[in-house]
Amino acid sequence: MIETNGHILTVNDLRTYFQTEDGVVKAVDGITFTLAKGETLGIVGESGSGKSVTNLSIMRLIPEPPGKIVSGDIIFDGIDVRKLSIDDVRSIRGKRIAMIFQDPMTSLNPFLKISTQLMEVTELHLGHTKAQAHRHAVKMLETVGIPDAANRVNSYPHEFSGGMRQRVMIAMALSCDPELLIADEPTTALDVTIQAQILELIKDLKARMGTSVILITHDLGVVAGMTDKIIVMYAGKVFEQAPTRELFATPANPYTKGLLKSVPDPAHEEGTELYQIPGLPPDVAHLPPGCPFSPRCERAEDVCHREFPPFVQINENHWSLCHFAKEVYAESVRERAAANLSETQIESHPLA
Amino acid sequence: MNENGNTLISLRNLQVHYDLGGGTLVDRITGGSRVRRVVKAVDGVNLDIKRGETLGLVGESGCGKSTLGKAILRLTEPTGGQVFYGGKDLAHASSGEMREQRKNLQMIFQDPYASLNPRMTVGQIIAEPIRTFNLSNGGNVEAKVQDLMETVGLNRRFTKRYPHEFSGGQRQRIGIARALAVDPEFIVADEPISALDVSIQAQIMNLMERLQREKNLTYLFISHDLRAIRHVADRVAVMYLGKIVELGDAKTVYAEPLMPYTKALISAVPIPDPEIEAKRERITLKGDVPSPINPPSGCHFNTRCRYAIEDCRRIDPALVEIKPKHYAACIRISPERPHIDENDAAGLGAIGEGIPETEKRS
Ligand SMILES: Nc1ncnc2c1ncn2[C@@H]1O[C@H](COP(=O)(O)OP(=O)(O)OP(=O)(O)O)[C@@H](O)[C@H]1O
Ligand SMILES: Nc1ncnc2c1ncn2[C@@H]1O[C@H](COP(=O)(O)OP(=O)(O)OP(=O)(O)O)[C@@H](O)[C@H]1O
Ligand code: SF4
Ligand code: SF4
Ligand SMILES: [Mg+2]
Ligand SMILES: [Mg+2]
Repeated sequence: MIETNGHILTVNDLRTYFQTEDGVVKAVDGITFTLAKGETLGIVGESGSGKSVTNLSIMRLIPEPPGKIVSGDIIFDGIDVRKLSIDDVRSIRGKRIAMIFQDPMTSLNPFLKISTQLMEVTELHLGHTKAQAHRHAVKMLETVGIPDAANRVNSYPHEFSGGMRQRVMIAMALSCDPELLIADEPTTALDVTIQAQILELIKDLKARMGTSVILITHDLGVVAGMTDKIIVMYAGKVFEQAPTRELFATPANPYTKGLLKSVPDPAHEEGTELYQIPGLPPDVAHLPPGCPFSPRCERAEDVCHREFPPFVQINENHWSLCHFAKEVYAESVRERAAANLSETQIESHPLA
Repeated sequence: MNENGNTLISLRNLQVHYDLGGGTLVDRITGGSRVRRVVKAVDGVNLDIKRGETLGLVGESGCGKSTLGKAILRLTEPTGGQVFYGGKDLAHASSGEMREQRKNLQMIFQDPYASLNPRMTVGQIIAEPIRTFNLSNGGNVEAKVQDLMETVGLNRRFTKRYPHEFSGGQRQRIGIARALAVDPEFIVADEPISALDVSIQAQIMNLMERLQREKNLTYLFISHDLRAIRHVADRVAVMYLGKIVELGDAKTVYAEPLMPYTKALISAVPIPDPEIEAKRERITLKGDVPSPINPPSGCHFNTRCRYAIEDCRRIDPALVEIKPKHYAACIRISPERPHIDENDAAGLGAIGEGIPETEKRS
């Protein structure tokens, strides 16, 4: 056992690379974080930034080859996950660590009844008898708000709507009372109304069962209301890491600032033109020299095109990967003070 | 709704019903559906689209947004009603006439990859409509293609490349360039940004707004992203199970929605600000959109509406002007009493147009 300091998960300098025709893709290149019991971490970033690979690495689900975890520690409740045998990993996966994927249809077997799929999990991990497993399956469907669960449990996946299927996935993920839930874009394919239901559900289950959660999304709105802290990824690197409120109030990285500004938000709508980050998301196999964001960064100076930026500590829990992290942070603090977002402004928010 | 002479397109009682079959003797013998199943994807829509505006169309998945957009361009056949454009009814135009009109009416699709032929170069893709309509000849086509690429922010030199060599955002730009090639007046943009990265969404929205200003375009902008719609649209139409249930100025509809459904939709939008999120009261809608095959009787929303009363299961509410230029279809609100919460607190039952829509129309 390794000392955990009350953390359910510790990831230290994780690096996962892929060998491709195009050369080595450093999909995740040095990510470090801890997750306390009951805490929720958000991972945001554009497509290809390494969010999914981070979490597949934690679950030891990286296809090898072409992928490989080349360095770093993954400590789950005192257990060094990288040193476990595949059998031991399997006994943790689905039981103590559960995962929800973006597309529920690809993760549910279309030919098996919902009941069969839910029962398999607890028969395997909790040693349930068929009768116990069936009762448990119905209970889990009720927990995630499927009406008439006792009958609906015998349906096939295609008889459920997208939102209901996603709820089945959550029921399955939660059936063994996991200590850690990893949700990879759990609502991206869903309507806002169903998204709101699913997020409420995750919040509610967290409060009731004390589950720790890693929530992956590209939607800053989703992480704002759901998480305690946030990691912003760009091109496999952690660009910024901070408690949620601090990240939104006083970001210390130009990329984070750009992302925040490019979301149409009625409260912060100055002109008609929406702020846009210029250029394209990076090609991870061919990163430019220096800072990977430098070709798109409005703040870039000569040094940015030459030297890889340092990971600067702003305060105890706030880090930013930027040559000018302290300056950017100071700007944000000044802007924040100038805007002085008061209570009345919050209440008069057009969508609040 | 015809108060403005500056209307570009008028939809009158537009219908698209998909007949899924069933109910015949053969169906009964072969074990098919015993009743005839019809999806009323678009069910009597009246809407005026004004010249130069962006009309946003929102609603949950399956409520009929894409079908409505396609029916206007006759990419799907209307089963009833009219689409007036330039004094002609497109819904009943001959195919030859319709082909001619495609020059003015174009569409941009959600999935920029699926809508681009993978075996054609980008240059060929953009040139195709120009050649089809004989808008330029020979070397001029080449020049026009290159101009269009530049207009949408693509490098002129990329004409020889294939769609798979571009990113999602670049492909969407190609789709926009193709739509612009014929110099259209009206564009249906069906979820043009949904498949794109956040940073690229902003680029495409800005591009579309710029082109609108430069070319005086009119957009029907379909999206389920209410933040985006609020940003780009002048007016917004809210759709639920084949019907328009609220229509008005985009900013007003967001600030003071009239319909319970619109309120719930807006309330579900996550706000990228933790302080506001912490204080916010959510109206969560129960359940999913009901099946469009046998939608609930009366007001289709009654199965999920927390204000629903007995009458809501009986009366099909008409779209009524509740406030100036702000329309809603709910029997529990009226121009005199537009606030449903107040009406509910006052214990008022049905106070809007108590006449079933069907009776009114006939
Ligand atoms: N099996 C693989 N083989 C080669 N490269 C891979 C593989 N899986 C992922 N990658 C690469 O690793 C990088 C990170 O991918 P990842 O799936 O983590 O992105 P993401 O942040 O989850 O993006 P999205 O938002 O699109 O899901 C990408 O450049 C991707 O192409
Ligand atoms: N060709 C078709 N045949 C039968 N039913 C159809 C057809 N096309 C669409 N439908 C049905 O019509 C309804 C409206 O579909 P439509 O695609 O217009 O919805 P939408 O609002 O665009 O949804 P989304 O947000 O998911 O794109 C749905 O119930 C759909 O299943
Ligand atoms: S290091 Fe330079 S290029 Fe990179 S984010 Fe900071 S200012 Fe921008
Ligand atoms: S008519 Fe009835 S069910 Fe429909 S929105 Fe109004 S109150 Fe709700
Ligand atoms: Mg991913
Ligand atoms: Mg659609």
